[in-house]
Amino acid sequence: MNEIKKNNILIKMLKASYYPILALFIALILMAFVIEFMGYDSLNAYKALFTSSITSLHGWGETLAMAIALVFSALSFSIAERSGLINLGATGQLYMGGIAGILVATNFEGLPSVIHIPLVLIAGTLAGGVYGSIASLLKNQFGASEVVTTMMLNYIAMHFCTYLISGPMKNPTSDLAQSKSALSTAVLPILLKGTRLHAGLFVAIAAIVFYYVLMYHTTFGYQARVVGMSPTAGEYAGLKIKRNQLLAMAIAGGMAGLGGAIQATVIDVRLAIDWVGNLGFDGLATAYLGGHSPIGIGVSSLFFGLLLSSANKMQMLAKVPSSVVYLFQGIIIILIVGRRIFQLGLFQKWKMYYVNKKSAATDLREMTLEREELNKSDSLGATMKKGDNKLWKIF
Amino acid sequence: MEDFLISVFKMAVPLLLCSLGTLFSEKAGTINIGLEGSMLTGALFGALGSYWTGSPYVGAVIAMCSSMILTLLFAFFAVTICASQIVMGVAINTIATGLTISLNRIFLTSNGVVRVNGFKNIAIPFFSEIPVIGKVLFNQTLPAYLAYILVFVTWFVYSKTDLGLKIRAAGEHPTACDTVGINVIRLRYGTLLYSGIMAGLAGAYISTGQLSAFSEGMISGRGFTAYAAVIFGNFTPFGVFRSCMIFAVGMGLQYRLQAMDTPISYYFWMMLPYLITIVALCIYRNRSNAPKYSGIPYAKN
Amino acid sequence: MAILEMRHVSKYFGKVAANVDVNLSVDEGEVHALLGENGAGKSTLMNILYGLYGPTSGHVYLNGEKLNVRTPKDAINKGIGMVHQHFMLIPALTVIENMVLGMESNHAVLDLKKSAAEFAAMAENYDMPIDPWAKVSSLSVGQQQRAEILKALYRKANLLILDEPTAVLTPQEATVLFTAIRRLTQEKFTIILISHKMDEIMEVCDRCTVLRQGKVVATIPVSEITDTGQLAELMVGRQIKLTMDKKPSKPGKSILSLQNISYKDKDMVPKLKHVSFQIQAGEIVGICGIDGNGQSELVRCITGLLHPDEGKVLFKEEDITRVHTSEILRKGISHIPEDRHGMGMLMNMSVNENLILMSFRNPPYSRRNILNWKWIRSHNKKLVETYNVKTPDIDERAGNLSGGNQQKFVVGRELDRKPDLLVAMHPGRGLDIGATKFIQQRLLDERDRGAAVLLVSTELDEIMELSDRIVVMNSGNVAGILNQAEATREQLGLMMAGGK
Repeated sequence: MNEIKKNNILIKMLKASYYPILALFIALILMAFVIEFMGYDSLNAYKALFTSSITSLHGWGETLAMAIALVFSALSFSIAERSGLINLGATGQLYMGGIAGILVATNFEGLPSVIHIPLVLIAGTLAGGVYGSIASLLKNQFGASEVVTTMMLNYIAMHFCTYLISGPMKNPTSDLAQSKSALSTAVLPILLKGTRLHAGLFVAIAAIVFYYVLMYHTTFGYQARVVGMSPTAGEYAGLKIKRNQLLAMAIAGGMAGLGGAIQATVIDVRLAIDWVGNLGFDGLATAYLGGHSPIGIGVSSLFFGLLLSSANKMQMLAKVPSSVVYLFQGIIIILIVGRRIFQLGLFQKWKMYYVNKKSAATDLREMTLEREELNKSDSLGATMKKGDNKLWKIF
Repeated sequence: MEDFLISVFKMAVPLLLCSLGTLFSEKAGTINIGLEGSMLTGALFGALGSYWTGSPYVGAVIAMCSSMILTLLFAFFAVTICASQIVMGVAINTIATGLTISLNRIFLTSNGVVRVNGFKNIAIPFFSEIPVIGKVLFNQTLPAYLAYILVFVTWFVYSKTDLGLKIRAAGEHPTACDTVGINVIRLRYGTLLYSGIMAGLAGAYISTGQLSAFSEGMISGRGFTAYAAVIFGNFTPFGVFRSCMIFAVGMGLQYRLQAMDTPISYYFWMMLPYLITIVALCIYRNRSNAPKYSGIPYAKN
Repeated sequence: MAILEMRHVSKYFGKVAANVDVNLSVDEGEVHALLGENGAGKSTLMNILYGLYGPTSGHVYLNGEKLNVRTPKDAINKGIGMVHQHFMLIPALTVIENMVLGMESNHAVLDLKKSAAEFAAMAENYDMPIDPWAKVSSLSVGQQQRAEILKALYRKANLLILDEPTAVLTPQEATVLFTAIRRLTQEKFTIILISHKMDEIMEVCDRCTVLRQGKVVATIPVSEITDTGQLAELMVGRQIKLTMDKKPSKPGKSILSLQNISYKDKDMVPKLKHVSFQIQAGEIVGICGIDGNGQSELVRCITGLLHPDEGKVLFKEEDITRVHTSEILRKGISHIPEDRHGMGMLMNMSVNENLILMSFRNPPYSRRNILNWKWIRSHNKKLVETYNVKTPDIDERAGNLSGGNQQKFVVGRELDRKPDLLVAMHPGRGLDIGATKFIQQRLLDERDRGAAVLLVSTELDEIMELSDRIVVMNSGNVAGILNQAEATREQLGLMMAGGK
């Protein structure tokens, strides 16, 4: 009995993962063409990209270090997505988390690590959470689209950070616009000497477990998923949609904030100009490749971690600009959300023809019984009604 | 004051080009936040074209073509495949980021930052002699004239022509359009491609018109602002013009205040355009003209 | 002379038959009625004619010529115009803009003034004046319909299809419409009128074709019909009654009482007009009426999804008029919703997760916000068995189940909460007979347990068989309240159609 069940889970996982893996391969092939088109040797580029990161311990360490950062921004996106919101604001939340983290990490000298590190993480989470909920509040209160507001909040956070590090938080002994370094008591320890792999790994794993428990074992997560899938059903079941989405955005922001605090204190050790870079949007690609599932996000973080951490190596060895990684990310997102592309064309025509032919031959009596499709197709208005329920109608 | 006005009218040009273009695709019922990426691509190819040929006008044409191709990709997935338009927009932005940074490093910055030929100001005789107004309005680059003329052209097409009527209908009730024989899919493709072309031109204006060089983060959210301008302008041509001018005043003010010695740090002034955008979206109460089927893919049965 | 002929037309949606071997002949200048219940295949047949669907088999002949319409555009070019039940007007545009929209004869630059003058003259000519410059959204429903008819005429249609034109009209507006229809037939226009209201067929139609379950039952000249009961019988048919195990009811104390409920929608159209009735414990009250006569709004007012403008909803003597849905559900009201796919269930969740939609907040489902999956699973396994839901296991995606099994688990979920009041809306819609009977038996069991049941249905059989008392609704009014014993099918049909 137990064995059968295990098999089922395995089959389910395989079923869930075959498309992302397929998409990955297609993207890799497409990218090879692009790289060739740019005038480089794609095989050489892929060799540079994968060999050192897979064969050397150092490579693994760097991959994991990058993956840690990705987990948080991916979770930030996925938590919001599950409750029906598009959070493009991971970047801003990362900035805010990093600022709060560094603020705590550069002060409180003499505090033992056991207290100082958690303080840093909590500060980052809170700052990110508050910043994340702004967009949700604006949406609930004024109906402002979270897609635009989160994006604008990113730029505001970026300029705010630049302001801080060239003014109030500037390191007085440096000419550059950067903050003081985090105190050693506030920094998560490095796990693997010579790499940047740090104890944040455990925090990241804990975050994934938290995401799983939150979404699948708490009433909040259940409500969020209901609301995200069908607001009408949520209303019917008496759920408070706005409140739920506000909470979801706060948690999502908190995730990114936590990631920001870890990234700023451990990897960068200080705040500098544009220190977040594209990390927020890297998380979006990671979340989509991982299908928003806890395990999926873990695995795809590893993959993108590898890609991003060894992109520079590719640039050095094969001269291919490291930024082609973004191209790769874009293609992955398109393939994942545009999955229907494989249902188009000849295949579909053949299928429709086949179904029509078959159904005409089936027993009539049986058919008249099930009138459901009919009721739907009977009125053109049915399509209209459906449209009204779409969450995309954001304004 | 004159300088300030000149800078405002300059700032408004790319916003206007981009928002007036996307006004049509928004009205036809698609949400394209890939504008940011389209502008970025346009900015790079505008600079590249100008660098290769020495003519910013050829650069602009190349920019328009390049961002049209990028938008075609968006249109295919958003309209034909019915994928989530927002996420597709993000994907387009990501691709544009990768593409522009890579190509920039390959072609332009491999031997230091390259300055390219920019658009020249063309003074209109007689009119440019008028004090203040002359300098502000009638001593501009070609794309700038185009942008301001486009406000009227857009208004005309939008409200007076058969095409404009079809576009306005397509985002309101695609099924009804279908019953009177309008090809909604084709309309959405067309408007999206047009918005792509205009975003490309806007991008080219930013790189070759304003700065005469390309830098990687140069669009910095202006695609999103252009999109917000359409919403804030209640989806009408003159509304879009008004909101673009408001945003441009915000941007002009930002530079003005940066230069002045204000007690508030200049980084806060940098935030101003973004804050104005957020506030604009929040106070946008008159949604009377927003298309009912915005962002909902239309699948014919 | 027959202007339109449909020969052996069949249409299938996947496995579902909408039309089976339909033959229809319509003469020039006549008003031809298509009569049938909801889902009898009337609209589908007309959508085929209008080019929205292609027929699976069969052919259509117009003026003796084989008609090959693939898109509405083709149909318009052939002179076929359709007025849909859900108007195909664009509310944000003006009347004249709607008129010229998509016309092939349009110039690139529109001359709306000229078009408006032409249009106004035409409208005047047919005695249907309308302001061409008014925004459609500002028009009343009757005027919008007029605009729809004029739109078809403006496109030179000579065959007009009206899909349930009076469903959305007040009696006064309907009278105006009938005058317009008579005026048009004088001008040699041919009209096909889709309807399920007997009185209007008697009033304006020349001939009537009755459809039942996708098939043509009869075509009769209206002048030969002496008794509307005869027509009703053709429409609903005599079905073999499967005997239900129904004991006499033992009504207890009042559970739900509606007092003078009125509601206007956001376009200020009154949907409920002073509705009052009450339900006692241990009885089933059936609400019958044609779709869209206020039943949906009524149910929403009871379950807190809408708040009435006037009146009170009392549940066990407690005022719940403005209470949030979550509270109302907690007080012991269960609701089987009309739109199963959109409201009642989540297609992308498992059956297991779907089953806790209403109760997940309460112990033992969850404690301190943590779901107790172990208990839930074992509970749901039992539930699935009790309600005979056929599913490989409870982790199956709910959308993969057949319609009947989906409805069974929705019913199971709602009844499992042992409600004091069960509101069931179209519980048998779209289901096969087996599933319908199963669900009906459950409703009776609930009644016998002592719950009050409010059953909303458009199926007369269902209402007649299950209800102890019957409330008939017509355009937001309670047209009458009858005891089941004294109600006859013909009488109900008349009351539903607004007759006396």
